[in-house]
Amino acid sequence: MPSRRVFLKNSALAMFGIGVVPGWLSRAVYAQETPGTRKKVLVAIFQRGAVDGLNVVIPHGEQAYYALRPSIAIPRPNGSGTGAIDLDGYFGLHPALASLKPLWTARQLAIVEAVGSPDPTRSHFDAQDYMESGTPGIRTTSVGWLNRALCAEPDASPVRAVSLTPDLPLSLRGPNAAVAVGSIGDFQIRDTHAASAFEAMYGSSPDRVMNGTARETFEAMRVMQSIEHMPDAPKDVSYPKGRLGQSLRQIARMIKADVGLEVAFTDVGGWDTHVNETGPEPHTGQLANLLRDLGDSLAALSRDLGDRMEDVTVVTMSEFGRTAKENGNRGTDHGHANVMFVLGGNVRGRHIFGHWPGLEREQLYEGRDLNVTTDFRTVLSELVGKQTGNREIARVFPGFRPQPPLGILV
Amino acid sequence: MVVAKAFGSVLGFFLCGALLSAGPLKTGKLKPGANPPNYAAFNRPLSEEDQLRHALDRLTFGPRPGDLERLDQMGLKRWLDEQLHPEKIAENSLLIEKLSPLTSLNLAPPQTYALYESEKSAGQKGPNPAARDLIDAKILRAIYSNRQFAELLDDFWFNHFNVFLNKGADRYFLAVYERDTIRPHLFGKFYDLLLATAESPAMLFYLDNWQSAGPDLAVRAPNNKRARRGLNENYGRELLELHTLGVNGGYMQKDVIEVARCFTGWTIRQPGKGGEFFYSDRLHDKGAKVVLGHVIPAGGGMKDGLEVLEILAHHPATAHHISLELAQRFVADDPPPSLVNRMSETFLKSGGDLRKVLQTMLKSPEFWSEGAYQAKVKTPFEMVVSAVRAANANVDSANALAGQIQKLGEPLYRKIEPTGYSSANTEWINSASLLDRMNFALALAQNRVKGVHVDTGSWESQRDPLQVARSILGALPGAQTEAAIEQQGGAPNMVAGLTLGSPEFQRR
Repeated sequence: MPSRRVFLKNSALAMFGIGVVPGWLSRAVYAQETPGTRKKVLVAIFQRGAVDGLNVVIPHGEQAYYALRPSIAIPRPNGSGTGAIDLDGYFGLHPALASLKPLWTARQLAIVEAVGSPDPTRSHFDAQDYMESGTPGIRTTSVGWLNRALCAEPDASPVRAVSLTPDLPLSLRGPNAAVAVGSIGDFQIRDTHAASAFEAMYGSSPDRVMNGTARETFEAMRVMQSIEHMPDAPKDVSYPKGRLGQSLRQIARMIKADVGLEVAFTDVGGWDTHVNETGPEPHTGQLANLLRDLGDSLAALSRDLGDRMEDVTVVTMSEFGRTAKENGNRGTDHGHANVMFVLGGNVRGRHIFGHWPGLEREQLYEGRDLNVTTDFRTVLSELVGKQTGNREIARVFPGFRPQPPLGILV
Repeated sequence: MVVAKAFGSVLGFFLCGALLSAGPLKTGKLKPGANPPNYAAFNRPLSEEDQLRHALDRLTFGPRPGDLERLDQMGLKRWLDEQLHPEKIAENSLLIEKLSPLTSLNLAPPQTYALYESEKSAGQKGPNPAARDLIDAKILRAIYSNRQFAELLDDFWFNHFNVFLNKGADRYFLAVYERDTIRPHLFGKFYDLLLATAESPAMLFYLDNWQSAGPDLAVRAPNNKRARRGLNENYGRELLELHTLGVNGGYMQKDVIEVARCFTGWTIRQPGKGGEFFYSDRLHDKGAKVVLGHVIPAGGGMKDGLEVLEILAHHPATAHHISLELAQRFVADDPPPSLVNRMSETFLKSGGDLRKVLQTMLKSPEFWSEGAYQAKVKTPFEMVVSAVRAANANVDSANALAGQIQKLGEPLYRKIEPTGYSSANTEWINSASLLDRMNFALALAQNRVKGVHVDTGSWESQRDPLQVARSILGALPGAQTEAAIEQQGGAPNMVAGLTLGSPEFQRR
């Protein structure tokens, strides 16, 4: 650990020269001397395509679940790798999520059930927008909830809001500076002569649209350069090779480097399982593979961050759930309510939050989908309030009447 | 140190509330008059030389070497007249040659569907040839077409009536949508363009109208698995909000529903196989409707929708909305209201004649003013294409360029939202995209973009690095860029790369 601080002092400060060190960087460098300045971080993972929550956290205590899904239901806990991993006698994890069980036991992982949007749309396209903008039913909102979650701060870190995606997602768009980073290694101009020439021409350019952003960019680039050469995840932590795992790995590097990260975003697709959601055996197939990647990625992040998980909250979300009943193609169609995971050091883990509405026909939304009993904004409001310090929840989720927090975070 | 930090965090918290309570959050579109800017600059005319540069910056995808001289020789007036009548311009034979291998552009939707199916059964990975052809053609036309203003307008109107390539069956419809729905109307009547989009399978599928039905009717889905019922408001809302009146155009939720009722029955035969538009009386809501105060009597059938389009296409709010969007794209993010009002008057007087509206804009002193000069930041598409043009590069394959445009944040034909891409300056300048622009500029000038070749000879023959910059910008760079280039020295292609990545080159 001391090596990190020494490195930052010697290289990062040298890049700026003494006397012109930006505040955020000096905070980063001296972070260890003033532990109170460590930033809390909120990490959002969007599962695009609508994950089948009923096969992620299995209501194995519910007879209707097995009646509705004769060929794709995950068997009741059976002690082997084919059945649900029991959590509380009624719900269980998909067996491909085995790596999350220790986090559950260690009270780092909480689950919110029957959570979703009040908007009835079953369009991916609208529902993702509604969730990312935080304004269900309003399609023209151009600012995302994670951007509104940030407080306007003078001297904020250039990497306070980062998305590990090719474009800046709607969740992070808006007036607060946020950077989309394909990868730390890509956020560079490799030719140092060209880089300094560009910095000189932009930094002093009279073009006001450009010069401010350019300064942010070069500051962020230096941060990325300083991180690039820092020790990566310990050898005994292995992230899955897919984009999700590698994104979380880079987010972890930024968190460990104390460079001022406050909110981070990444996404993972492939959840739109209309056909062959499971293989011939329910615990195999597309969904199982995706869940293994998700579970292993989250577990790796948690191991990698170690004690720093105290400052970090990770939340998963997906635009809507899927039909309670399986369709004729060993798959499920677009539904309504879903499940969210909340992972972190200050999570009241080993607990399932929310109100389970049941799967009997009369309990289903429009007779086919799990009912929404918790608005997703109730969950996100609590996380924003406690992780970013932003108390203006009515501004983060305009038009939302704040509900009492569920108490997911300590 | 500790004290300062504590102060900082208190201040930060205070500002959080202050900023957020300052008013509604900024949205993408600017409203003239909302924030009175310095419109005085729109009263200051450009010099004749700057007028030529401005014409090339604003009405083409950027000048190629020699374009300025050619325009000077031809005369601005004649050039403008030609660009407004593209049928008078002979198309570039090089473009025709480069487009000829893109055979899927000529397919009808059912054939495009068949192409997708055959690729799927052949286990083809990666983008489908039909999608690739579509994207490559757009880039090649922008680079090589002699009808430059028409290509910009095609981009403008496609974007105004945006359809997302990857939404289900839209992949079969999009080539025809651009070719037969958008292109024929660039200089025609707005009503004809609006009607063409309303009847296009691409739009009907994208905004779900094809499955919208009257309230009392249960409809079997094509796959016959489950009954579907009822009205879909998606198209009705976007028609009012985005295509015609604009979000503040004076309609209510009730109008959205009534408009949607009028369009029930405008559907597609076998959309999943690239079928065509048809009106289904069975799906139509046959009751009376009231749209924006106009009573539409019961039993009108398909005429209900046509009447709505008539009302909307000639509505003053539509005239203003369209004029404002054109002025935002071609003049400035916050164009002077005086100009928008005159364009709007032309729109109403001419029955929505789009060429006349453009003529009003192009004859206005505001267009040829300092306020408009270099006032727009290039979109990623414009930046990449203008760089290829400025470098006089030869494009054998536009594939890598498409990837670059996507990386810069504007994947072509893949804007999910019906709003289309914004043309506002602030939308396109963010950290990652700025670095990506610089890296692309260096890569292009150093011949590291696959399928694109720059003949660096003309740069190497220049003795003075500033002449390289001048050949790219059409003018000498600003003092800061000049200093950075001079200090860097370097090979001519480095100077060219720095110039293409400079702040000056990001504007048009």
